[in-house]
Amino acid sequence: MNNIKKELNMASKETRQDSIGRFISYFCITIIGVLVISIIYFITSRGLTMFFANHVKLSDFLLKTTWNPGTLDSHGKPEVGALPMIVTSFSVTILSAILATPFAIAVALFMTEYADKRGAKLLQSVIELLVGIPSVIYGYIGLSVVVPMIRHIYGGTGFGILAGTIVLFVMILPTITSLTVDSLRAVPQHYRQVSLSLGATKWQTIYKLILRVGTPGILTAIIFGMARAFGEALAVQMVIGNAAIMPKNLVSVASTLTSQLTTGIGNTVLGTFANNALWSLALVLLIMSLLFNTLVRIVGNKGAVKNERKNKQ
Amino acid sequence: MNAKTSNKVATAVIYSFVGIVVLLLFFLIGYILVNGIPYISWHFLTSPSQSFLAGGGIRDQLFNSIYLLILTLIISVPIALGSGIYLAEYAPDNVITKLIKTAIEVLSSLPSVVVGLFGYLLFVIKFGFGFSILTGAIALTFFNLPLLTRNIEESINDVPDLQREAGLSLGISRWRTMVKIVLPSALPGILTGIILSAGRAFGEAAALIYTSGQSAPIVNYSNFNIFSQSSFLNPMRPAETLAVHIWKLNTEGVTPDAHSISNGSSAVLIIVILLFNLGARVIGNAIYRKITSGRRG
Repeated sequence: MNNIKKELNMASKETRQDSIGRFISYFCITIIGVLVISIIYFITSRGLTMFFANHVKLSDFLLKTTWNPGTLDSHGKPEVGALPMIVTSFSVTILSAILATPFAIAVALFMTEYADKRGAKLLQSVIELLVGIPSVIYGYIGLSVVVPMIRHIYGGTGFGILAGTIVLFVMILPTITSLTVDSLRAVPQHYRQVSLSLGATKWQTIYKLILRVGTPGILTAIIFGMARAFGEALAVQMVIGNAAIMPKNLVSVASTLTSQLTTGIGNTVLGTFANNALWSLALVLLIMSLLFNTLVRIVGNKGAVKNERKNKQ
Repeated sequence: MNAKTSNKVATAVIYSFVGIVVLLLFFLIGYILVNGIPYISWHFLTSPSQSFLAGGGIRDQLFNSIYLLILTLIISVPIALGSGIYLAEYAPDNVITKLIKTAIEVLSSLPSVVVGLFGYLLFVIKFGFGFSILTGAIALTFFNLPLLTRNIEESINDVPDLQREAGLSLGISRWRTMVKIVLPSALPGILTGIILSAGRAFGEAAALIYTSGQSAPIVNYSNFNIFSQSSFLNPMRPAETLAVHIWKLNTEGVTPDAHSISNGSSAVLIIVILLFNLGARVIGNAIYRKITSGRRG
């Protein structure tokens, strides 16, 4: 009698198994959570050291244009104006997004509206292969093809924002394309049928209807592409010239946040002022990445609300 | 311009843009292969690299890349599997789950250089691992986890609920249903995801420069003692990978034949990644066939 009672009150083998499994999966997800929090914490605390321990003014960091953390200026203050890098990073990001978007939309339209199943699949593989090419290879081709070409056409060294833009254009093209395809595929098929049955041409249907409905999705795709461009390090570093000065034009040497980081971290010692200044650049990168993330969320939510309203009407 | 003409113009523009993109891909891959394949030889693949002399190979870099990849997969796959199972099966629909999903999205959109710097700060400096394969593998895990987790979650979600219900109705625990029934049917998707992520990790360099280091010390390939400093299996030694090698040759290298070595290395890198891509398709399809209709009995 007691035995039966004990057995009934005890957790069965299956229950125990389940709680072990539950524990494993909870444990794994906790690792990821802790990881994200610690990345944000460590980069932030390192990045803020320059402002709190070395008393650099935030406005000096964001608005001054001389980057030379190793030396002091005439007032005895270190020169840590990050504006040239910030401007360059934004320039290559925005220019490459402007260049890539028409191509991405064209490819996406071709895949969803024009091509048959085989053509779409073929193009899908093209996009997947483009994603798969590592960034050093993009950088290497940029260095051995794009830079000499620019040098030939415009003179100078060939390094600069233009070369960075061209390399990034190819790199973010697949990102923007595949997300745009997703958003265009989500446009209900009967929208197209209705429009065509009203006598609209294919292009009218695309332009007046499909692209409008797909706009939030396309915007999200562009922002994702920009986030990738902003954070890309090596490919850009190989073609931008790496001189932390204000870019004069599109073909003068410059330096992005990421390229300055990859070049600089190895040459400075942790805890020194020059090193702290670099971590502040990393913090700017982190903040921008979080900002792009938030932007995606906002745009996504807006699109969702709009569609819901449409459905209600 | 009337509607018909604009339709024609737009169609022409779209087709030509698509043509440009396809040509671009052919150019990229063609350029690398045409310039690189002539440099690939048995000697190139099996001799150590040279810093100041011409004629160096990529033996150590190639091995480091593969070893690093294996370590990365050993660390990241179990964690991603557990997390994917949690998100697909256990996650309640509440604020915490939303937060976790946001965290994964944040992690996936972080620039790889930031991930690398975090690895450098925490493992190389704070924990004193130094530049090592292990640190590199951990950094690549951070970089790999979000995409792998999402992929596994999606593959698990694609398995019809009927399978779970069947398992549960037999009195099998939820965990065992998961491991014995759901995971096997999700396997093709999961494997494809793992292989694709392996391809990505193989070509990654930004996260590795400051974690696994930029030097390839001469190692002894007959020393199997993983604790020995000169053993090729020692995870605590610095290791320059193939991708980092290409980067370094083109930025700081003083090797006289840097150009031809980069050409050859790029070709090797591209070929390996193309193989991964192809492998992902073939293996995914093969397993799918095997567990759906191929099995008899």
